[in-house]
Amino acid sequence: MKLHWRRIYAITKKELRDFRRNRFIVATMLMLPLIFVLIPLVGIFSVKGTVLTHLEQTKLGISLLYMLLVPTLVPAALSAYSIVGERDQGTLEPILITPIRRDEFLLGKALAAFMPTIAIAYFVYAIFLAATGLFGQSGVANVIFQSSRLIIQLLYTPLLAGWSIWACIAISSRSSDVRVAQQLSTLASLPPLVVVALFATNAITPTPVLALGFGAILFVINVLGWKLVSGIFNGEKMITGKNNT
Amino acid sequence: MAALKRGPDRLADQSGSVGDKDEEYAIDAVHLTKKIGQRVAFDDLSFQVQYGEVFGFLGPNGAGKTTTVRTLGTLLAPTSGNAQVVGVDLNSHNSVEIRSKISIMPESPGLYNRLSVEENLECFADLYMLKDTKEKISNSLEAVNLTSRKNDLCGTLSKGLRQRVGLARALLNDPKLLFLDEPTSGLDPVAALEVHELIIKLKERGVTIFLTTHRLDEAEKLCDRVAILNTTLKMVGRTKDLEKEMFTKSLTVKTLNEIDSPSGIFDSVDGVTSWEKGSDGSFSLNVTSIESVAPNIARALVEAGCDVVFIGEAHHSLEDVYLEIVGTDGGGIK
Repeated sequence: MKLHWRRIYAITKKELRDFRRNRFIVATMLMLPLIFVLIPLVGIFSVKGTVLTHLEQTKLGISLLYMLLVPTLVPAALSAYSIVGERDQGTLEPILITPIRRDEFLLGKALAAFMPTIAIAYFVYAIFLAATGLFGQSGVANVIFQSSRLIIQLLYTPLLAGWSIWACIAISSRSSDVRVAQQLSTLASLPPLVVVALFATNAITPTPVLALGFGAILFVINVLGWKLVSGIFNGEKMITGKNNT
Repeated sequence: MAALKRGPDRLADQSGSVGDKDEEYAIDAVHLTKKIGQRVAFDDLSFQVQYGEVFGFLGPNGAGKTTTVRTLGTLLAPTSGNAQVVGVDLNSHNSVEIRSKISIMPESPGLYNRLSVEENLECFADLYMLKDTKEKISNSLEAVNLTSRKNDLCGTLSKGLRQRVGLARALLNDPKLLFLDEPTSGLDPVAALEVHELIIKLKERGVTIFLTTHRLDEAEKLCDRVAILNTTLKMVGRTKDLEKEMFTKSLTVKTLNEIDSPSGIFDSVDGVTSWEKGSDGSFSLNVTSIESVAPNIARALVEAGCDVVFIGEAHHSLEDVYLEIVGTDGGGIK
């Protein structure tokens, strides 16, 4: 069925306005990236020399892993609240009364979390690269600017964000409590990071083919995630607390 | 006169509603039932609402009013039965079409508190994919007298103003059918009056309104017809007709001095079926016809040497009807 982008964008625009005026969300979106750029930079600058040991390379990989925590954890702060929060403040019913379809509604919600997440994640990564290029040791820079590592960071940032967003929206749409949704969302967003961590620590050698292959799998999971979450979204249950009989 | 029916037989005839349009009904529900879990929210509802009328849906808390609105508004799927809403069959395939033609103002307006009034409306105008968004928003705000507050954040508005924003939002898509779910719930009398005036204005514009309320004065003032619900539909009709139907014709008689032998007077007049003395000393007489019996009663009282202070038809309100139905139904107000 044809998607109505005006409706989707209406939800996205509304969400972004709401985020911008929510001090808790703004603080979270500033603090998390700040932490995740400072810690790896400390790690980067503690590595000296031009020829790196295996341990030092692993240390750099872990530093890069911090970069991928941004697209994983920022959406959890935004999306966990997305559905259960609407229900709690009584705004879900007025939205569902309009002609918007549930897949459009959920896509609008997902985009609203996706856009700031990607902007922040790439911005943080750009700062990290610039700091490494300008002030890091040449050996460190060589590792950080490896093509396979660049692919992982650039490609996996949106894909991990997508995973995290759909997992969080799914939990939010099935939760009865915002706090529970937030806690579960943080946990649910982590599993793909395990594979990325294996790449980062060189437990799996991150060849470009392998990185792209895993990226393709994550992409498929993202598309399926949208369909799956649309399927399990039960407006009736959200409103009445019970399934249709 | 509208034919008034109680119980399942009420369906046969509900003529007498406003307008005599032959076109399809705004709502045509047939044996509609909704269960939520094991609880029956409403059962076997059958009624019609004609275009242009204000239809009141009365009932105590928990009677199923809001669930009926949600079901007719496609938010909840009926458990059984059928309905047409604005001429479209109520089912999951048609829900988007129905929702584009109707509006619902829930009891709680559900506004985005960090967004301004205008931003709230802008979001919903886009969801309805309206053309001339600015003009529609401006018209809606004007209709509820909120133009000067359009830049205020909704979180800063009073409850009365929030209700008005909710109403403005519900008017955005020029709905064929507008559901108002307890629109004055929790409002002070002045704010409630403002909402009443808005509803009257909408009625004058020909908007079909389905108004759920448990405020009987509100229903009496605003509605062309009312239905009384307490899980099942108890009665449907015009308020005046309901009052006449529910209560036998009766006269109130008051004299200056106490009547020595009321039975000797009242029983001797043809057309008096029964009588009883009230706590204030007046008498209430059930009669076959007001016009033919009242003069005879007056004459009999004068002949008996009584000084007549008042003889008149006893009037019953919608509240009396409601209490008679709901109060004897094992639930609600007693």
